Amino acid sequence: MPQILVDGLTKRFRVAVRDPGLLGAARGLFRRQARDVTALDHMSFGLERGELVGLIGPNGAGKSTLIKILSGILRPTAGKCEVDGLVPWLERIRHVARIGVVFGQRTQLWWDLPIVESFELLREIYRVPDELFTRNLDELVERLKIAPLLDVPLRQLSLGQRMRCEIASALLHSPSVLFLDEPTIGLDAVSKLAVREFVKSLNRERGATVILTTHDMHDIEALAQRVIIIGNGRLLKDAHFEALRMDVLSERRLIVELGEDVPHVELGGAKLSMQEGRQWEFTFDPTRVPAHELIASIAGRYTVEDIRIEDAKIEEVIARFYALHGAVET
Amino acid sequence: MSARAFIGPYRALLSVRFSLMLQYRTAAVAGFVTQCWWGIIKIMVLAAFFAGNSRQPISLSQAVTYVWLGQAFLALLPWQADADIAVAAETGNVGYERLRPVDTYSLWFVRALAWRTANACLRAVPMFAVAAIFLPLAGLAAWSWRPPASPLSGLTFAISMTLTVLLSSAMTVILDCAVVALKTRRASNLAPLFVNILSGMVVPLALMPHWAQGFLFWQPCAGLVDIPYRIYFGNLVGRTAGEGLAAQGLWTFVFIFLGRTWLRRVMDRIDMQGS
Amino acid sequence: MSGLRLYWRYVANCLRAQMLYPTAFLLRFVTQFLVTIVEFGGLFALFARFGHIGSWHFADIALFYGVISTSFALAEMTSRGFDLFGPQFVKTGDFDRVLLRPRSEMLQLAGFEFGFTSIGRVLQGLVVLALAIALLPISWNIGQVTLLVWSIVGGCALFWAILIAQATLAFWTVEALEVTNTLTYGGVEAGQYPLDIYAAWFRKFLLFVVPIGCVSYLPVAALLGRANVTGLPVVADELAPSAAFIFLAISILAWQRGVARYTSTGS
Repeated sequence: MPQILVDGLTKRFRVAVRDPGLLGAARGLFRRQARDVTALDHMSFGLERGELVGLIGPNGAGKSTLIKILSGILRPTAGKCEVDGLVPWLERIRHVARIGVVFGQRTQLWWDLPIVESFELLREIYRVPDELFTRNLDELVERLKIAPLLDVPLRQLSLGQRMRCEIASALLHSPSVLFLDEPTIGLDAVSKLAVREFVKSLNRERGATVILTTHDMHDIEALAQRVIIIGNGRLLKDAHFEALRMDVLSERRLIVELGEDVPHVELGGAKLSMQEGRQWEFTFDPTRVPAHELIASIAGRYTVEDIRIEDAKIEEVIARFYALHGAVET
Repeated sequence: MSARAFIGPYRALLSVRFSLMLQYRTAAVAGFVTQCWWGIIKIMVLAAFFAGNSRQPISLSQAVTYVWLGQAFLALLPWQADADIAVAAETGNVGYERLRPVDTYSLWFVRALAWRTANACLRAVPMFAVAAIFLPLAGLAAWSWRPPASPLSGLTFAISMTLTVLLSSAMTVILDCAVVALKTRRASNLAPLFVNILSGMVVPLALMPHWAQGFLFWQPCAGLVDIPYRIYFGNLVGRTAGEGLAAQGLWTFVFIFLGRTWLRRVMDRIDMQGS
Repeated sequence: MSGLRLYWRYVANCLRAQMLYPTAFLLRFVTQFLVTIVEFGGLFALFARFGHIGSWHFADIALFYGVISTSFALAEMTSRGFDLFGPQFVKTGDFDRVLLRPRSEMLQLAGFEFGFTSIGRVLQGLVVLALAIALLPISWNIGQVTLLVWSIVGGCALFWAILIAQATLAFWTVEALEVTNTLTYGGVEAGQYPLDIYAAWFRKFLLFVVPIGCVSYLPVAALLGRANVTGLPVVADELAPSAAFIFLAISILAWQRGVARYTSTGS
């Protein structure tokens, strides 16, 4: 029995439409026009306990709508959804006590309060037993290295520091499901790594189910084995990432630095994509021509200084996928 | 500066203000309803007071008109500094005001003028429609906004209101200076306290104790509400009207002078220290 | 009860935050006190000139004024979350966060920003009440005191109801919220005077539609021994504040509908 079950989930909105300009504003005084928007269209999937899933899609695809429904703050127009046997929007209080949500761009901590005071307030709100709270707090403080930040008010912290505190705050009550919405946005490289490491260990060691929404593909690369791709409200792909790559853009790159100046390099089965001085870049399809054949071919005929093989960049894979499915930003 | 160059920015500010207002239509209607309610309560209270004791320096119908005029021109009361300047003062961006190729005082003055005039017009027109036209038609003439006592009174009133607008703008710029000098919009917190009671908004000044009348007439806030409205219904005529206009003019000059001096000092400090 | 404990923690946190800026706090407190006292002073000036209003004298009005002013001040102090609901929670989308917490939304909003600076207005209300009590020739027994407290409690409930209704409005439009100022500040203004000085339609409005009269005029008239003016039996006057609780119940039901709508349409 999956922990999270989504079946035929549909959400339609009525959006007000207003003509631009002064005349439109005046007209808006008397009549409101609206149109229907389908944010989610019969979405279905299941998540087992302890999975770490990446949720991706272009802007306006319906990711935040889906997250809102799963967290219980939005009601769907049709369809079923259950998390740990609870229907999120019907049993809101029981449900939200068991989940943690981190919004990358909004904080749940109190602006003027020292971090530890915010944590204490959350303990009260979530009714966390003292012993469990102390244990969680100690572990989170150590793992996320936020000990020096505890007595500092939120407004004095940098973005990276805030995010670490934010993540800690979402875990104080030992939720069984963690929703992360753009958690690494705006963070510097060191903070990003710290956050990714932490989430990975959280999933591995604590067995927390994690749903990660992000535009940063490196997050996906580092964390998620499984990705769910959404476009125009529909579920476009639900697969392991490697399978997706194979499907969409199996193309690989061969980059070779030659030891000599050569006017022309012939390489059967590969296409030249770029050349700069002694550096030559080719693309090839590994399902047709294995990499070792190309390497052997080139090394046999030319002096090679350096050679490397790259997979298509993850952004390219995703962008290609969107293009194939007509998933556009709305 | 040519007249057109002077009016240009003023007109631009006015039209921006107008279209913003239109966006907040429901807020505007709500605010208007609040004011009507307020007016009605004040009038009924005054009527109840006058019923027991009707021989007063002003009559009930005059007091009623006074209340409606007050609500119509509420936006002219200098309660707070210009919002943009307050924000700039708090965020430390006031220095940017110096980058404009216009005399800073004039700029702030015109800004206050535009803001208050736009808001006042927006409120005065519907208030007039309800209190001066609708109420008499509905058979409630006793509660309505009466016409001026005479054409001359009306004309003098127009002049007086022009002075009121200038006085209010000058006082607003003083508040702007205070806000910039103290770097917080809270610097203007006490303004409504003084303005409301001394202008006559809480109680028409004529109904205040007899012994205070002299002081109340010549203090600066009288020119914001009391003087023009008393001119309107003929309570101040001829010589006393002249004195009223003189008082308004005098205080306008005083506040403009004080404002210019203070602003120069405040800006010099900003130029030297950076904000 | 954990709800109470949570509320207490909210209040303590708020006090601590306010005390970080003592001068600002003091300034707001003093300003508010002065503004409200000066308004009352204006009323006094009118009485100095006119002597009486209808069949009521200054001390009577002081009692009406004190009751409604104190009720409103207490309600204002404890309902900032609802007062600021539109701009602070709906417009910013922060209400989502409220819904993501395993507590009732009303409790969370009640604990938002306890209005310590409204103490200025509370003080003013109490000062005016003290003045009224000093000036009035009433012999205060348990019954009288209970009636006075009951009126204030009822007034509190009524203003709470209005502010919750205002917050509910924010679910539909973040722009029209000024309209409830008519009922809060306007209500205080109207309730300061005995309703018999108002025109009949207004009096009926203030008794049956928004029952401001039921928490000031009726019980205080009974307290002053002038129940005959109200045209109702004394018992009815004394029980009148219960209308406020009915109003509060309706308000809360409307609120729940508002929350249901929010969770349907998203922010």
